[in-house]
Amino acid sequence: MADVITYREAVAEGIAREMRRDERVVCLGEDIGAAEGVFKTTVGLFKEFGPRRVWDTPISEQAIVGAAMGAAMTGLRPVAEIMFSDFLATCWNHIAVEIPKVRYMTGGQVTVPLVVRTANGGGLGFGAQHSQAVENWAFAVPGLKVIAPSTPSDVIGLMASAIRSDDPVIFFEHKGLFASKGEPAPPDHVVPLGEATIRRRGDDVTVVALASTVPTALAAAEQLATEGISVEVVDLRCLIPLDMRTVLESVERTSRLVIVEENPYQGGWGGTVASIVADEGFEMLDAPIRRVAAACVPLPFADRLEDEVIPTTDRLADAVRRLAAY
Amino acid sequence: MATTTVDSTVTGAQLLEWYEQMAVIRRTEQAAQDLFLAGLVKGTTHLAAGHEAVAIGAATALRDDDYVFATYRGHHHAIARGATPEECLAELMSKATGVCKAKGGSMHLTKADRNMMGSYAIVGSHLPMAAGAAWSAMLRGTEQVAVAFFGDGATNIGTFHEALNLAAVWRLPVLFICENNLYMEYTPIGSVTAVPNPAADRAASYRLPAEVIDGNDVLAVHDAVSRAAARARAGEGPTILEARTYRHFGHSRTDPAKYRPPEEVEEWLARDPLLITRGQLIERGVSEQEIDAAYTRAEQLVAAAVAVAKAAPDADPAEALTDVWADGSATWRT
Repeated sequence: MADVITYREAVAEGIAREMRRDERVVCLGEDIGAAEGVFKTTVGLFKEFGPRRVWDTPISEQAIVGAAMGAAMTGLRPVAEIMFSDFLATCWNHIAVEIPKVRYMTGGQVTVPLVVRTANGGGLGFGAQHSQAVENWAFAVPGLKVIAPSTPSDVIGLMASAIRSDDPVIFFEHKGLFASKGEPAPPDHVVPLGEATIRRRGDDVTVVALASTVPTALAAAEQLATEGISVEVVDLRCLIPLDMRTVLESVERTSRLVIVEENPYQGGWGGTVASIVADEGFEMLDAPIRRVAAACVPLPFADRLEDEVIPTTDRLADAVRRLAAY
Repeated sequence: MATTTVDSTVTGAQLLEWYEQMAVIRRTEQAAQDLFLAGLVKGTTHLAAGHEAVAIGAATALRDDDYVFATYRGHHHAIARGATPEECLAELMSKATGVCKAKGGSMHLTKADRNMMGSYAIVGSHLPMAAGAAWSAMLRGTEQVAVAFFGDGATNIGTFHEALNLAAVWRLPVLFICENNLYMEYTPIGSVTAVPNPAADRAASYRLPAEVIDGNDVLAVHDAVSRAAARARAGEGPTILEARTYRHFGHSRTDPAKYRPPEEVEEWLARDPLLITRGQLIERGVSEQEIDAAYTRAEQLVAAAVAVAKAAPDADPAEALTDVWADGSATWRT
């Protein structure tokens, strides 16, 4: 086994492991087969499993996700790729109005065990229509499980849980993390849905992060440690189910909470986390809850502009510093 | 309208059964309308009285394990696939005994244990789902086919075209059956569509076979669906059928459908699918008395269903927080 694996390789590895163990798992999407994916996240799948398991589609997002839904309702476990998460908007009816509702509105008669994988987030200069962090879109819809891993090992462990889940899952792979490296996952590695993890222990301030903001939070924690501020970093890993127990237990120790999100402040998932802590953890807090999120503008193209919009290590460190001094 | 070769092997006894099933749908739709007007059905209804021959002609041509996906005007397909009038009417009346536990309502009747996979209320959304079910059947090697029933209005939305293309290139065992009742909601389909036959005329774009059929003739529907299903099962891919039919009620709720010219209504009522079937029964030597008796049985069945459904308990409020997830719960956080 290699010493390290990239996040990008982990995506293909996670899918391949499930395809080996369950022949009902099939993949479909644009350029995922012979071309091995525009982000090279499906490398090796077509070669190993062939055209009966890995299907190239036309540029037809509604057909991709709609067909995945019909297949999931009738005995398969499809893994559909929507190339950029911005494109979820082109099949939003299926993502938000069909898939998450059908079990409920039929009184539990059907299940929809599918995964929609998508490359999410900014930081790579793709401009306003290929850079959005849209995990908050999915977070707003009851009936979807929402995953956004930050490490290669979690990609594999959460992919296993996502594909084995009998519920529909939206799996956000962060574009900015594809090249990042980490420890390979052991065989049969499974990370249960809805379990946050503490990436760094600390005593003074809890920082709750997700996907790309986990490395941002770890970098800020490193910087602040030199100033004598001890930061605990909680990686949520999933938005639904949302592991508030881990967040509340951490806040109980630190009494201070900063939430760092890549999606815009308006309507971001951090608002829900903050409201739960305010409601159920008010007496643990020694300071107001702070949210560091993207500015409420479309994502700009130039690096210097994009850096102004997306939370940076410096802006997060600054927010934590001020809160520690509160 | 193309003339179809009607399967003459259907016996009088078989056709009488089909007639009775059509009468059950007709009486259920009338009951739904009466209950709506009496204030016992909330929200909305989209009744399929007039479309009975499409549902029964197709259901009798399919295997029990074939998949059916319908629209918000879907009572007839649920009943044709085995949902009882009682559980459908109970659903409409928000009863605990409703076919979807009163969580779906009129627009979402579903009978999954008969592979009637649901009724979808966003126009066109279920066409890719039917393609997906057909893809699943193909990969599992079951020789099942999937059928999407949809209205004429769905032919101008993107999912129709995305589904047809995918089904064509993947050669999926799926039937796309358009119930062209000439009006989207209130606007004639012909006035907003570039081609005269909104579904069938698009087939050429996807190199798919298509037929325009008499949707009020149960034998014609049965025959066309049988042939299309046989092609699909043989691995020859999808077919588009455009069944011309007519609503006996308005679009929804209390719509009186005043936008339809009286002479058009009169002409189509004279071609009522139940009347056409009656003629075909008489041709097969079935007596007027036998036909009337079948209708009376349907009437009695639905009257009893109304009584039982009305008397059923209302939906339990605790049900609101179940069935989101496969484990039956609605839990989203710790």
